[in-house]
Amino acid sequence: MTTAFLNTDALPYCKGCGHDLIARNTTKALDKLNYDPLDVIMVTDIGCHGIIDKCLNTHTVHGLHGRSVALGAGISFSNPDPNKKIVVFIGDGGTTIGLQHIMEAARLNLNMTVVVHNNYLYGMTGGQTSGLTPYGFNTTTSAEGNPFSGYDLCALTHAAGAAYTGRIMGIGDISDKLAEVISVKGFSLIEVLEICPSYGVKLNPRRKLQEIVEKSGKPLGDWTREREPFEAHQGRKADDLLSRLPIVKKMFNSYLKKPLSLVVSGSAGEGVQLAAGLISKAALISGLHVTQKGSYPVTVGVGFSTAEINLSNEHIHFHGINVPDMAIITSADGLAHNRKKIEAMKEGMLIIDSSLNAPQTGAKVIQHDFRALGARNAAIFSVFFFALKTGIISTEAIFKVIENEGKADKLPLAKIKEALVSV
Amino acid sequence: MPNNSKGKRTLVDASRLIIESMARAGADAFIGYPITPANLLYQYGSQRMPLMLAAPDEITTLQWMAGLAAAGKVPITATSFPGYALMIESINMAYMMELPMVIILVQRLGPATGTATCGAQGDLSLLRGNISGGHPLPVFSTSSFADCWTLSAKAVKTAIELRTPVVLLTSKEEVMTTKSFDLATLPEIEPVERKYYDLKCDGKYKSYKATDLVPDFLPVTQSNHQVRINASTHDKEGILQHSNDEAMANTQRLEDKIRQKLYDYIEYEYHESKEAEKLVVSFGITAAAAKDAIKELEQQGEKVSLLIPKTLVPAPEVYIEIMESYKTVVVAEENINNQFSEMLYGIRKPENHRFVGSLGKMITPQQIIEEVQA
Repeated sequence: MTTAFLNTDALPYCKGCGHDLIARNTTKALDKLNYDPLDVIMVTDIGCHGIIDKCLNTHTVHGLHGRSVALGAGISFSNPDPNKKIVVFIGDGGTTIGLQHIMEAARLNLNMTVVVHNNYLYGMTGGQTSGLTPYGFNTTTSAEGNPFSGYDLCALTHAAGAAYTGRIMGIGDISDKLAEVISVKGFSLIEVLEICPSYGVKLNPRRKLQEIVEKSGKPLGDWTREREPFEAHQGRKADDLLSRLPIVKKMFNSYLKKPLSLVVSGSAGEGVQLAAGLISKAALISGLHVTQKGSYPVTVGVGFSTAEINLSNEHIHFHGINVPDMAIITSADGLAHNRKKIEAMKEGMLIIDSSLNAPQTGAKVIQHDFRALGARNAAIFSVFFFALKTGIISTEAIFKVIENEGKADKLPLAKIKEALVSV
Repeated sequence: MPNNSKGKRTLVDASRLIIESMARAGADAFIGYPITPANLLYQYGSQRMPLMLAAPDEITTLQWMAGLAAAGKVPITATSFPGYALMIESINMAYMMELPMVIILVQRLGPATGTATCGAQGDLSLLRGNISGGHPLPVFSTSSFADCWTLSAKAVKTAIELRTPVVLLTSKEEVMTTKSFDLATLPEIEPVERKYYDLKCDGKYKSYKATDLVPDFLPVTQSNHQVRINASTHDKEGILQHSNDEAMANTQRLEDKIRQKLYDYIEYEYHESKEAEKLVVSFGITAAAAKDAIKELEQQGEKVSLLIPKTLVPAPEVYIEIMESYKTVVVAEENINNQFSEMLYGIRKPENHRFVGSLGKMITPQQIIEEVQA
C-alpha cells in the first residue's frame, strides 16, 4: 500500500524496529497537516533511519553522519516559502557526533523539525554505545552496561533556545504528537525512544522500554519557549566594494630614482600602520606604484608593529622584503623585530629614534628624537622626517592625504610642523 | 614611467577584489568562520553578500553552504588549512551531491596550526588528493591582482556550470597585501546565467540524469518535481545504491564531468621567449617573483620563457607539453617538496627539472635567477 508520502508499504526495517513506526507516523502527521509531499524536504542522516529516503515521495536529502541538522539548517537559511517544511531524521549516533549542529539550530531557532530516533546505540555499525546510551544499558561495546549516563538531549536543546523540545516513547500511534511538533514555528526537536531489535533487545533481555526510560533519569515531556523563528536578513542592499575606494590623481612629484623597499617599525598603539599608510597614500598621489603589508603579533595591541612598503616608478610584481633599502625604527620593539634585517643592510638608510642604539649596519644611520611629541605620535613624526630627508615623497603630499581623510583634527600637525623646522 | 593621471588608481587589497568579483559573478551567500589569514575575505563577504552567516565551525560552514546550494544559492567561504581540513568530508559530500560553491583557500605555513601569519604554498598535494577516489576537485590559483578579479569570477562560473565545489587557491601574501591598482583595468564581469531543468517538462525529473555530463539542477524548494540529493553512492534518481551498474556509471560521470569539461576551464599564462632553451614555471604568489626574475634575465641578455599555471587541478596536459619543449625547466613554489612537479610526474621528476623551494619565506627573484643560471 502506498500513501501520498510513502511509495511503498514495505519499509526496509528489521521486524519490531521503532524506525518503522517513526517513518509511518511522521508521514501520517504530514498528511494530517495537509502538506503536499513536494512541499516537504526530508533530510536524513547516516544510520538505519536514513535508508527511508527511497520510500519517500518528498524531496530527499541524504548527507553525512551527524551533519543532517546543519544541512537542513542551510536549506532553512535560504528562507523558503513558509509553506515548505524541513524535517530532519537523525539517530542517537548522529546526535552524538553532530550535537553542535543541533545546539546551533536551536540557538538560532531555525524553522525546521528534528526527529531523533534514539534507540540507545549505533545500530548500523554493530550496536556500539552512543552519547545517548543510558547508564547500565548493554551494548556490544559495553557488555557490562554503559558506565556513563547519556546526554539529556532535550534539556540541552531547550537550554540552547529551541521553540519546542519533547521526549516520547516510540509506541503506538504517535502521529498526533508529531503533527503538533511539526506545526511549531521555529526549531522543534522530538526525541523518540525505542529499542533496537537486533542489538538492544538481545543484549538487554527482559528489559522493557518503559523501565529503561524511567531508570535513565531523562523524563518524558514537552519543553517550550516563546520565541520568534529566525529570519535571514536577505536582500539587504549590497555595497559595491570598489565604489567607495578613493580614486586618486597624481598631484605631487616624487624624486624616487629606483625601486625602494622600506620597513617602518615601532610599537603597537604608536600609529605605525597609520604612518605607513600615509607613506603609501602620499606615494600614490605622487604617481608611484606602491605595495604595503602589515606584520604584528597575534595579540595586536602589544609588542611590535611593522609595515613593509615597496615604492617604484614601475609596476611591482614581487613585494617581499628580505633586506630593506631603508628602515624607519621608532621604538625598542620595532628594533628588536627588525634587528637582523638592519644588520644585513649593506647600504641604504636607517632612520632610528635617538633613544635607541643603532645596530651594526652598512646603512647610513640617522637618529632623531621621534618620541619627543609623545609615543603615540612617534611613527607619524618619523614619516614626515623621512619625507624631508629623502624627497621620495613630499611633506605636502602627506598633509594632503591627512586632509583628504579628514584626520587633520586628530593629529598634532601644528606640533609636527614646528618640530620639522629644526630638521 | 610613473603612472599618473590615467585610469582609476587606488590602493586595494586582493581580498576585496576576490569578494567583489565573486559577488558580481553570482555568489550570493558568504558563510564565515574566522581564521587568519582569511579574515579580510570574511569581513568583505559580510559587507557584500546578500546573505551572510557566521558559522560556529568549519564543518557547519560547509554543511550550511550545501543546504543553501541545494536550495539554489551560490555560497562561498574563505579559510586556511586548519579550517579546510575540517571541511574535507563535507566538500566530498558537496562534490558527490553536485552542489555549486566556492571555497577560497588562503595558504599559510603548516603543518597543523603552523604559523598563521606566514605565507606558504604547501596545500597543492592535499587539494590534488582530497576527494576520496582521487576524483579531481577543480582548483584555480591566483597569481596576480588581475587574477583575483578574473579567476574569482571563473571559479563561480565553474562551480555553477559544472555543479561542483571549486577551490580558489591563494595565499596570505596575496590577500593581506595592499597595492596601488588601476581599477579601470578590470574587465566587466557578467553574472553567470544559471540553467535549470525545464519545469514544464512532463517527464520524470531525475536529479542525476545528465544530458552532457552535468545534470540539470532544480532546487529542493520548488514543488514541481521531486529532487533527491544524495552524498552516498546513488543512481540517476538519487537513490542510494551499493554498487550497481547505474550507480557506478554515476560515480564515473563525476570524474568524467570535471576532466572532459575542463577544456573550457583551462587558465594559464605562457610567456614564450623565442629561441629560449630555459623555462621557469611558477604559480600563485611566487609567480610575481618569477616575472621579476624573467625581466632581470632579459636585461642580462638571457632568454627564458615563463609558464604560470592557474588551473592546477586537474592539471591539463598542455603544461607537460610546454615543459617538454625546453632543455631546462625551473619550477619555483613556496614549499620544500616541489608539489607541482610531483603532481605532474610522481616521484621521478625529469632530469632536466630544477626546483626552487622555500620554507617560511617568500621566494625572491634572485633565487630563481640563480637556479636558472646554475
